[in-house]
Amino acid sequence: MSMNLTLKVWRQKGPKDKGRMVNYRVEDVSPDMSFLEMLDVLNERLILEGDDPIAFDHDCREGICGMCGMVINGVAHGEQVATTTCQLHMRHFEDNAVITIEPWRAAPFPVVKDLVVDRSAFDRIIQAGGFISVPAGSAPDAHSVPVKKVDADAAFDAATCIGCGACVAACPNGSASLFTAAKITHLSLLPQGQPERDSRAVAMVEQMDAEGFGGCTNTGECTAVCPKGIPLDTIAQMNHDYLRAAK
Amino acid sequence: MTATIERGSATASVNPPADTVKTAKPGRKGGFLGSSNGKKAVMAITGAVMVLFLIGHMAGNLKSFAGAESFNAYAAFLRTMGEPILPHRVLLTVVEVALVVAVALHMWSAISLARRASKARPVKYAARRKSRANGYAVHTMRYGGVIIVLFVIYHLLDLTFGAANPAGGGATPYDRLVEGFAPSRWWVTLFYVLALVMVGLHLRHGLWSAFQTLGLASSRSYRPLKAVAAGLSALLVIGFLVVPVAVAIGVIK
Repeated sequence: MSMNLTLKVWRQKGPKDKGRMVNYRVEDVSPDMSFLEMLDVLNERLILEGDDPIAFDHDCREGICGMCGMVINGVAHGEQVATTTCQLHMRHFEDNAVITIEPWRAAPFPVVKDLVVDRSAFDRIIQAGGFISVPAGSAPDAHSVPVKKVDADAAFDAATCIGCGACVAACPNGSASLFTAAKITHLSLLPQGQPERDSRAVAMVEQMDAEGFGGCTNTGECTAVCPKGIPLDTIAQMNHDYLRAAK
Repeated sequence: MTATIERGSATASVNPPADTVKTAKPGRKGGFLGSSNGKKAVMAITGAVMVLFLIGHMAGNLKSFAGAESFNAYAAFLRTMGEPILPHRVLLTVVEVALVVAVALHMWSAISLARRASKARPVKYAARRKSRANGYAVHTMRYGGVIIVLFVIYHLLDLTFGAANPAGGGATPYDRLVEGFAPSRWWVTLFYVLALVMVGLHLRHGLWSAFQTLGLASSRSYRPLKAVAAGLSALLVIGFLVVPVAVAIGVIK
């Protein structure tokens, strides 16, 4: 029970290279392989043949680090819902399938090589306001600051964002709203996030714009591909906080 | 050679290399109206103004079923409303100016956001990107908006100014209505039907989006909001369409 596949992969030697789609035939793929393991098999062959292996980002391969991500057949992280590329398995593909693999496409995510994009823009959005100021030192007493269960749950849901960038890749506007909103919501629902709530919303939205991401038109494509299922109402929360601060 | 680690370096804040820090690019206005969120808020509020107008406009149109006298009297009332506190036609002019401003700002934010969006994705995907959410209406917003603007221009030339109307600008509003949608001018009626379906799709996505943009939506209110958006859009489309269709098939003559 092994599969044969045709891959159409974006190859780009470096940031300045124009890049192009290249076809590869991959044989004897086990349905139990993950998508990245399938690419590992192809890369081993490419290395043996003296070719340049396909560069792609990956780290934990457990779906929790946010490093991996590619647009598979036009869908960020592939068709499987709430799944990172590393957790996507070949059993979801048919034998002899043709699979198109592309990097995240957005001006603020320039291609470094092949399928690797530079997501430093996300780091700069976080640097702009995705933090709280607390005095360092000994840990505070547990439960000294009460948090409602519903708020804790909602904040945690937003905090599960792994910053992979699939939301940007899927958005027809190339917007980073879901990522930025998840980070804003995560902090703005908690008491610890209140002192900087207004300045955070303004600073993070302005940095998101300055990076060159598009605006949100509420298409919902982001949340549909998000491997962590970050809900669309985080964007309503971001909008709310931004308007509250602008008042 | 030995590497040295300075005391405290593990916890010191790390500054990104200077060339990677981006600030607002020259030529991009900062502040509320320069931000994508600010532009969206402008879009939502001006959209709300236009929706309120559409509800009144539709209700007024239905007067045509009450006959020529009633319809023409209503048209005259629009010019005299507010009197005697306000001079003749002042309140109507205020409404007209507000609408022109709303349309202009709505288009400004839409064009500005569309340009930003197209700059954000200079290289397109080779595989056709499959839409996975929120249905059909959302994909009609930009070209639908262009169709609606063209329709509004024609509509004003037709029924407001009479320039594109067989009865002409001097005729009563009722005569312009009846002659404009006469059965022989079926293509005008067809154009109105298509344009109004576009308006309906625009509102289907726009109505609930306005609440989302103004931060008034939540996961609990999405279902009712979208239901109200669909219901109100359908109501407006049907309410607007019954009049030209009734004229075209001879119910109103």
